[in-house]
Amino acid sequence: MTADIASLPPRRNALLRAIATMLQSPVGATGTCIVTVVVLLALFGPQVSPHDPIKGNLRARFKEPGYSDASGIYRLGSDQLGRDIFSRIIAGSRVSVLVGVVSVLISGTIGVLYGLVSGFVGGRLDSLMMRIVDGLLAVPFIILVVAISGVVGAGLGTLILILGLTGWVTYARVIRGEVLKVREQEYVIAAYALGQRRLVVMLRHILPNVISSAIVLAAVQVGVTVLAESSLSFLGLGVKPPTVTWGLMLSDGRQYINSAWWMTTFPGIAITVTVLGVVFLGDWLRDFLDPNVRGRG
Amino acid sequence: MRAFILSRLIQLVVTMFMVSLVVFFMVRLRGDPILVMAPPNFDAEQIAKLRAAWGFDKPLGEQYITFLSKAVRGDFGKSFQANRPAMELVIERLGYTYLLASAAAAIGITIAIPLGIVSALKRNSLIDLLSTALASLGTAMPSFWLGLMLIIIFSVHLRMLPAFGALEPRALIMPAVTLGVGMAARLSRLTRSAMLEVLSQDYVRTARSKGLGQKAVVLRHALRNALIPIVTVFGLQLGWLLGGSVVVESVFSWPGLGRQMIDSINVRDIAMVQAGLFFFALSFILINYAIDVIYILIDPRIRFD
Repeated sequence: MTADIASLPPRRNALLRAIATMLQSPVGATGTCIVTVVVLLALFGPQVSPHDPIKGNLRARFKEPGYSDASGIYRLGSDQLGRDIFSRIIAGSRVSVLVGVVSVLISGTIGVLYGLVSGFVGGRLDSLMMRIVDGLLAVPFIILVVAISGVVGAGLGTLILILGLTGWVTYARVIRGEVLKVREQEYVIAAYALGQRRLVVMLRHILPNVISSAIVLAAVQVGVTVLAESSLSFLGLGVKPPTVTWGLMLSDGRQYINSAWWMTTFPGIAITVTVLGVVFLGDWLRDFLDPNVRGRG
Repeated sequence: MRAFILSRLIQLVVTMFMVSLVVFFMVRLRGDPILVMAPPNFDAEQIAKLRAAWGFDKPLGEQYITFLSKAVRGDFGKSFQANRPAMELVIERLGYTYLLASAAAAIGITIAIPLGIVSALKRNSLIDLLSTALASLGTAMPSFWLGLMLIIIFSVHLRMLPAFGALEPRALIMPAVTLGVGMAARLSRLTRSAMLEVLSQDYVRTARSKGLGQKAVVLRHALRNALIPIVTVFGLQLGWLLGGSVVVESVFSWPGLGRQMIDSINVRDIAMVQAGLFFFALSFILINYAIDVIYILIDPRIRFD
């Protein structure tokens, strides 16, 4: 027992190891850089934004990228109200980060607890809980979300809630599967033999061993959620103006697609790069957290 | 085998029952669905009338039983926007969505399977790296944005393809490519990893040592075995295609069920929303049922007791 504990790496090494593996993995490093930039823009956007993202300049409507006047340069062009596309992309990052992080926190918490209970308790309750998951998974995610936001109404807060309260099903499935595997492990049986209560076994012995799958899945889900938000806002069922989001910018751009290509091109690049960053970060997290890859078994 | 098909059929019915609950409660998320349906200029008396006409004044349990027994017979009520049975409209639009989804799936498979095989055979080569990069891009890109980009290039600049509608066969090309690319991205990665796993198996080595040519080894011995996980994910991806169709159909004004759903949601046409959701789910469940049956055909090891 003592020898085992001694052979484990001290906890503070985890950070060092994270940095070391990050440096070895160009994909992980790229992902981290992208995500950091997007989060910084979301936090400090107003300070670095060259123009007002909401107030237009009617003299500078539909200007091509690179146009400049007395108020400054419009690097990525301007829209139908003379608003700077670059400033609006910066402003839009805020909604993406907010929706991505908060919805995933909500859905992750619900899904992990649901899967934990379902897999741990087993039996009839498990079958019933999984049939409910089947029912929800049978309606494609985006269609479900579109329909609910149609019924409940749109808006930033509602959208975060809707995405959070519908996205948990994936976690429930995955976590339940992991719990079924872990449940039969020797250390769990040992915990019972030592007289631990069921609740303690579930939260102290099983939960920590399935949580890394949830973290990896959460990274993937942030990307899915950012895409879902932009789709919904694009369809007019998500966030409403004057809040700036990349999906709404694309919806504006679509109306002027014949003349102002930059209005549709740049917000889409912003979405793609952001999601790509999250996906890369998720790939690296999987390698970092997966005990099999790390050889810790 | 018959027992397996039967047990899956029972599971299918149970899942559809769950779906009916989801659909039923979803439109009641705000309590009274009349609040969602009624036009803002309706007064209290008109609202009460509408409520009685839809049976929303009855107890919830009774409402559900009525809903379910009618739904089973294909009666979802009348779409007030089109003033015809919602079911009729759904069937009409579903054909377009299936056409689009099949075309997209065909494009997805045609790109993904060869690309995945080549990537696995020439691991870490330029082609492998390129296909990895394209796959990441394909997953991260919002499909509707890809659609908009295609419109800018092929409709606005080159004037080669129509930007919207379904009036001519050419109109199918851009929406199908838009949807198919996302599928190709996901499926090519999976084909690659499934092939890599299979290629290291003993039976592939045996086939090679027997002196079989590369083509026979790859296609007859490796690919056939790699197909099992590929088919599974393909089934799930078809569900994703149905979901993606909602957004892509709106971009290209394709007259399928997805776009109809958005229209119906915007005017709060509850009968249509319920019927549409029901049929999206039914399609998805039937696809996965078919996939389970296909397993038996491609994997002789699977025996059902």
